[in-house]
Amino acid sequence: MIEQLRKDFPLLHTHVDEQPICYFDSAATTQKPQSVINAVNKFYQQDNANVHRGAHTLSAAATSHYESIRGKLARFLNVTPEEIVWTKGATDSLNLIAYGLSEKLTQDDVILVSPLEHHANIVPWQQAALKTGAKLEVLPVNEQGILELENAKRLIHKVKPKILSICHASNALGNIHDVAALIEVAKQHDTITVIDGAQSLLHLRPDLSAMGCDFFVFSAHKTLGPTGLGGLFGRYELLNNMPVYQTGGEMIERVSFGGTTFRDAPGKFEPGTPNISGVIGFGAALDYLNAIDANALADYEQNLYQYLVSALQKIDGIKIWGDTIHNIGIVSFTYKDEHHFDIATFLNTYGVAVRSGHHCTQPLMAHLSLQGTVRVSLAFYNSYQDVDTLIDALKNTIDMLEE
Amino acid sequence: MDIKQIQNQLNNLNGWQAKYREIMLLGKKLPSLPEALKTQDAQVQGCESSVWLHLDLDENQERLVIIADSDTRIVKGLLAIILACYNNRLPQEAKQIDAYALFEEMGLIQHLSPSRGNGVKAIVERIQTQVNAFQ
Repeated sequence: MIEQLRKDFPLLHTHVDEQPICYFDSAATTQKPQSVINAVNKFYQQDNANVHRGAHTLSAAATSHYESIRGKLARFLNVTPEEIVWTKGATDSLNLIAYGLSEKLTQDDVILVSPLEHHANIVPWQQAALKTGAKLEVLPVNEQGILELENAKRLIHKVKPKILSICHASNALGNIHDVAALIEVAKQHDTITVIDGAQSLLHLRPDLSAMGCDFFVFSAHKTLGPTGLGGLFGRYELLNNMPVYQTGGEMIERVSFGGTTFRDAPGKFEPGTPNISGVIGFGAALDYLNAIDANALADYEQNLYQYLVSALQKIDGIKIWGDTIHNIGIVSFTYKDEHHFDIATFLNTYGVAVRSGHHCTQPLMAHLSLQGTVRVSLAFYNSYQDVDTLIDALKNTIDMLEE
Repeated sequence: MDIKQIQNQLNNLNGWQAKYREIMLLGKKLPSLPEALKTQDAQVQGCESSVWLHLDLDENQERLVIIADSDTRIVKGLLAIILACYNNRLPQEAKQIDAYALFEEMGLIQHLSPSRGNGVKAIVERIQTQVNAFQ
C-alpha cells in the first residue's frame, strides 16, 4: 500500500545533492500529494474567482466549491460547518481564540498550559495574561518530557482554570496527550478547553464531538494541504459570542459611518478575501485522506515508528526524549554531548532531512536541560528504506564525530 | 595552516561529507576558549549556535590576534577558516579581506543553511567592526 501511496508525492522522488531525499520533517510541514497540487493548479487555471460576491457563474462556482470544503472538514472532525473558521494557520487560530477569550479573564483567573506547548500556544496566552492580570500556570511534566496525567488532573481540580490550552500531540517530542481525560476534568470546573491539533489532525484524525473540547486549532500544511491556511473549530455558542478579531470586508452585515454590525460566526472571523486556493487544495487533501483506510495508515506509521525507535536504541549514546509508547511518530534525540546542528548538518549530506534545534519549545528544552534535539518526524509516506538510510547515515555521522 | 592551503584542501575534496569532515577537523585543531572567556560581550549576535570571539593586537600593537570558539563542531571549523584569513594580519591588510566572499567562492555559503550563512556574515562583520575601531 505504502509503495503505491509514495508515488502520489512527487517531492519524495527528488534528490538533494544527487542523493535521493529522505524526508523526515513532516512535523514542520508535510509533503503534498499530486491531487492537492492539481487542485490548486486547476483552480487558478480554470475556476479562479472571488467568493461570496458577484452574480457571475465563476464566482458562484468558486463560492460553492469553497463552502463545500468547510462542510467536508466539519464531517472529517464530526462537528458542524458553522463551527469551522478558516485562518492563516494554527498560530493565527490560537491568537484569535486568546484575543477572543481575553474579555472573560480577570486577575483572579488562571490559564493553564503544558510545558510541552509550541510557542504559539504559550505566547498568545502570556499576552492575554499580561493584559488582564490573569495568571499563566503550567501542568506537571516529568524529566523525560512526559505529562504526568494524574498530577495534571489534580492541578486542574486545584486551580480551576478559566482556560486550559494543551496540544493533542507534542511537536517537539511527539507525545500524544489523553486530552479527553483532561477535558473531562476541566468540564467539572467550567474550564474552556483549547486543543492544539497542529500535529494530531493528520496522524490521529480526532473526532471532536467525542473529544468534547471547546476549541481545536490546526494548520492545513501539516495535513497534506497548502501553506498559509489553517482553521479552528469553536463550540458555536462560545465561538459566536467572542468579539471580532480583525475587521474589514466580508465579515460585516451592515456598515455605515454611524456604526457597523457583524455577521454571525464563522463569517465574523473571516475578514477580507479568504485563502480560496488554499481551501480548495486542502479539500483535495481531505479527499485524499478519506480515500485511505485510516486504521491501516495509523498501524503502518506506528510500526515504522517502533522500527525507528528500536534501531536508534541500539546505537550507544543515543538518548530518545519523550513518550515512546503514545506517540504520533516523532523521535527527538540527542547523542552524548554532540550538538544537534552538527548531526543534522551531517545527515543532510546523505539526503536525510531532519529538524534540529528547540522546535519552538524553549520552555520544554529548558525543563529537559537541553539546548535542542535532532527531530525525526514520520508520516505514512516514509518507507522502511528511508529509516534504514537514516540509521546508516547516523552511524557514519557518529563515526565522524568520534574520530 | 594558511588560508590558501585550506582553500586548496577543501577544493580538492569531493562531496559534502568529505568537506564537512575536513571543516570539522579544522575546528578540532582550534584551541577551545576557557569558560571564563565565553562572556556575553564576546558572543557574536546573529549566529544560530553560540559563537564567542575576542580580537586584539599583539604585544607590539601591530598584528591581529583573534581567538574564537563555538559550541558546534562545524561552526568551530568555519571559525578556523575565518581566523586563518585574519589572524596575524596588520589591521590595514585585514580591512581588504572579505572572508564572506571567500566562503561564497568556495561554494560554502550556498550549501550552509541561511542561518549558518548569516552566522558567517555576522562573524566577519564583527571582526571588521573591531578592526575599524583600531584607527
